[in-house]
Amino acid sequence: MLKELNKNKIMFLMLLPTLIFFLINSYFPMVGIYYAFTRYDFEGGLFGSPFVGLENFKFLWQSGMLLKLTTNTVGYNLAFIILGNGLAIFCAIMLSEIRGRLFKKITQSVMFLPYFISFVLLSVIAYNMFNYESGFVNTVLKRFEAGPVDIYNTPWIWVFLIIIFYLWKNLGYSMVIYLAAITGISDEYYEAARMDGANIFQRIWYITVPMLKPTFVILLLFSLGSIMKGQFDLFYQLIGNNGVLYNATDIIDTYVYRSLKVTFDIGMATAAGLYQSLFGFILIMTVNYIIRKVNEDYALF
Amino acid sequence: MNTPMNTHTRTNTRLRDSEFTFMFQLISYSFIIILSIMCLLPFLLILSGSFSSNESIVRNGYHLFPTDFSLEGYKMVFKFPTQVLKAYGVTVFTTVVGTTLGLFLITMAGFVLQRKDFKYRNTFSFFIYFTTLFGGGLVPWYIMLANYFNLTDTYTVLIFPGLMTPFLIILMKNFIRSAVPDELIESAKIDGANDFRIYVSIVLKLAMPGIATVGLFLALGYWNDWFTSSLFINNPDMYQLQFYLYNTMNTITFIDQMAIGTGITLSQEVPTESTKMAMAIVVTGPILFLYPFVQRYFVKGLTIGAVKG
Repeated sequence: MLKELNKNKIMFLMLLPTLIFFLINSYFPMVGIYYAFTRYDFEGGLFGSPFVGLENFKFLWQSGMLLKLTTNTVGYNLAFIILGNGLAIFCAIMLSEIRGRLFKKITQSVMFLPYFISFVLLSVIAYNMFNYESGFVNTVLKRFEAGPVDIYNTPWIWVFLIIIFYLWKNLGYSMVIYLAAITGISDEYYEAARMDGANIFQRIWYITVPMLKPTFVILLLFSLGSIMKGQFDLFYQLIGNNGVLYNATDIIDTYVYRSLKVTFDIGMATAAGLYQSLFGFILIMTVNYIIRKVNEDYALF
Repeated sequence: MNTPMNTHTRTNTRLRDSEFTFMFQLISYSFIIILSIMCLLPFLLILSGSFSSNESIVRNGYHLFPTDFSLEGYKMVFKFPTQVLKAYGVTVFTTVVGTTLGLFLITMAGFVLQRKDFKYRNTFSFFIYFTTLFGGGLVPWYIMLANYFNLTDTYTVLIFPGLMTPFLIILMKNFIRSAVPDELIESAKIDGANDFRIYVSIVLKLAMPGIATVGLFLALGYWNDWFTSSLFINNPDMYQLQFYLYNTMNTITFIDQMAIGTGITLSQEVPTESTKMAMAIVVTGPILFLYPFVQRYFVKGLTIGAVKG
């Protein structure tokens, strides 16, 4: 090690800031996991707070909180993964078959635009469209004599709205990736298929779709790994501290944030965070293990 | 080969193929157009709201086009220009410093981690990658930075957490590997250049498209950040732009609700609705303005990354 250090002194120095960054930003906080087993008090700090064992976890479990948060987090993420990839592949295939170059360029730019805006602006958009008194949706409904709907007090609508906003914001980004994969498919395949008399639907089904599989699998694996992590910004900016909607929209990340900022429930928040990390870790390991068995090329590590 | 029968079947399939293609293109065009409109519509709604008079919004709600054109929202935003300008200053400063510093560190790390003659590259790569698998969670991270490093209300905390992510380092590593041939580094070493020199004069030049992509990711992250302010910043002079917008949205709502509670209709005096929309436009403007120029690089970088990765 020392010999190596001496030989590649400069390379070590070049890597050092990055290592320090991850040490501070990621590894040191792991010590704080201990809070999950304490009833945190501000006087005591890390090791001065009373140790309570698994009480925080027990409470989270018995209150039904853990179950609700897990179902919501995993459920939303599955919807994001399935619908997000499905729509992106669908659009990428359509766009790749379109001949007009200017049309292609403009529409692709327009669909990529939402990816660039902040989640705060997303919340302004949601407010503009859905607020009770002056929201655009209610303006339109009123015109058709359909009376205003109190969307901000109707939990089930938000299940769909959150998914739609997610798709809206991320479509352009994932579409670009699939479009790149389609561009990479050799024209010879299509030529040959055309010679054999395959029509456009057959060409898409038998060439484009199978050729997109590797890209799809890799993106799928990446997203499966983070299935316990929510899109915190998306959920928090759309729902905020609107308690009426929690049952349908609360995910682990929003619960942890609220426990830290609003209710100051440090022990409970750390416990929920630790549960999220552990559960996610086990999930990634399992997924990776299975993939390794099936096809080593696709494994994450 | 040229029997009449054969020619007949061929033209027949060709005809059917072109019919299918026409049908498919028709569907594609309509579908893509509808989606594009849906992507633009919300922006139009906000733009229209910002140019409407508050009274017309309160009475008739938000419309796609301003029903009663007015600039009162913008006037309200710039009634106290120092606050907006300060938020702009903070965001521009953190974006520039964070992106530059982050790029510098990420490219250096990516360069070292892809060097085959660096023995511990896999160990360190895993040290970085592991942080995506397991972490301490938000609360221990927050308490450490706030209580043990005392970073509350500092510029450091606005810049530090966003400097790099494992994803960006891996992206850069792969990019440098494919853009900079080993032989080039080898021959530079023989010529007597040290590793830092190689990095500055060779890697930084050859990896430009990758650097542009990662830089855009970083800059976008800093520009759109509201979360760091919400956790660590108490001093309103140091609010990031997005958090300032977030606060404006909530404060005006709050004042509005207070007014309703006390029976005073403030809405008539303070143009709350149009101010919110004008504020959103003022904050988002630069991104929308820069977007057409920036987007090209993003698509290019993502395309390279997706095909190579």
